[in-house]
Amino acid sequence: MYSFNYNRVKSVADAAAALGKSEDAKLLAGGQSLVASMKLRLSKPSDLIDLGTIADLQGIKVDGGTVTIGAMTRHAEVAGSAEVKKAIPALASLASGIGDRQVRNMGTIGGSVANNDPAADYPAALVGLGATIQTNKRKIAADDFFKGMFETALQAGEIITSVSFPVPKRAAYMKFKNPASRFAIVGVLVAETPSGVRVAVTGAGPGVFRVAEMEKALAAKFAPESVAGIKVPEKGLNTDIHAKADYRAHLVTVMAKRAVAAALA
Amino acid sequence: MTVKVSMKVNGKAVSAEVEERTLLVTYIRENLRLTGTHVGCDTAQCGACTVHMNGRAIKSCNIVAMQAEGADILTIEGVAKPDGTLNVMQEAFREHHALQCGFCTPGMVLSAMDLVKNYPDPTEREIREQLDGNLCRCTGYHNIVKAIKAAAATMRG
Repeated sequence: MYSFNYNRVKSVADAAAALGKSEDAKLLAGGQSLVASMKLRLSKPSDLIDLGTIADLQGIKVDGGTVTIGAMTRHAEVAGSAEVKKAIPALASLASGIGDRQVRNMGTIGGSVANNDPAADYPAALVGLGATIQTNKRKIAADDFFKGMFETALQAGEIITSVSFPVPKRAAYMKFKNPASRFAIVGVLVAETPSGVRVAVTGAGPGVFRVAEMEKALAAKFAPESVAGIKVPEKGLNTDIHAKADYRAHLVTVMAKRAVAAALA
Repeated sequence: MTVKVSMKVNGKAVSAEVEERTLLVTYIRENLRLTGTHVGCDTAQCGACTVHMNGRAIKSCNIVAMQAEGADILTIEGVAKPDGTLNVMQEAFREHHALQCGFCTPGMVLSAMDLVKNYPDPTEREIREQLDGNLCRCTGYHNIVKAIKAAAATMRG
């Protein structure tokens, strides 16, 4: 690992100020992707600004029809939360399938969302459930937030403080995982939300995307057979040692079908 | 540049001046000389470096020591009682011969303790799924699963 300056901050304002001081500064959330990539010298921040001690960024609140999760809330907390399990069981279940036990005890929702790994689970949850990302500057709809591989709408000095999920009528997430990394080869979240049916796909392409044709079919009839005949084009999907684009396209249909069945169960 | 890091390890307050980039596992092994915490893959995959931070299993090779500032850390050296009496999980591993070469064992035991806390009565399938952050390259999973099931039963009483 290259050397860096470590900064401990007490508030989001302090973190934003520290972030503004150096062009190559990076925020440290749980560090489960960042520390690993720094060890491989794939990332070389001049400064790390540790958000771990900011109490305001932690915790889960359920208020009427909304579940709000602080940016520094660990995956294990979301997975184990009785409130999340009750309000959005699909979200708790998705969090329980991220990485492994030890990674879930460190990794955070804010870190995962800001990193926007194309095979991460949370982007599917945010886009599929129609979540809103709250930063220290503004609110951003999940549909406008994810901008392709490892890119987001976050601007310099902008820090995610929480993510709010409207409670859906029903939802489920199905993942065909890479058995070694537990990242999604293809993951599909299907939800019947207050703003309509949403289908979000992670792992298949360079970033999370929605499948309008499936959403339309499910809005007409929310049943597995509605999506069984719909295939996403393989053009633009990922091909790597784990799966080719045509296989990923096939998996999107299979996972969507299973997700609809699970949402109805 | 160095920075001062302080934490509690196995109930004892410890602190040191370390380079900022020092990993928690490096601090534990090289500064504290507690070499029961192993470095297997050094890429957060194998789980040999598992310790508890504030009661939860984490991979100590995948965080910098400063992230554990002020935390309560438990390593394998702190699991047995001071008089040498083994913890229930360690005893179950011994009883069921849940180790071959022993390299993954400290991480397995600490991960299993966290697992049983979350799954007091785990099925074999749950154990296998929930132990996916720990690799045993002797492939000795069969007895590890048996040991965890037995330890959970003992803990339930």
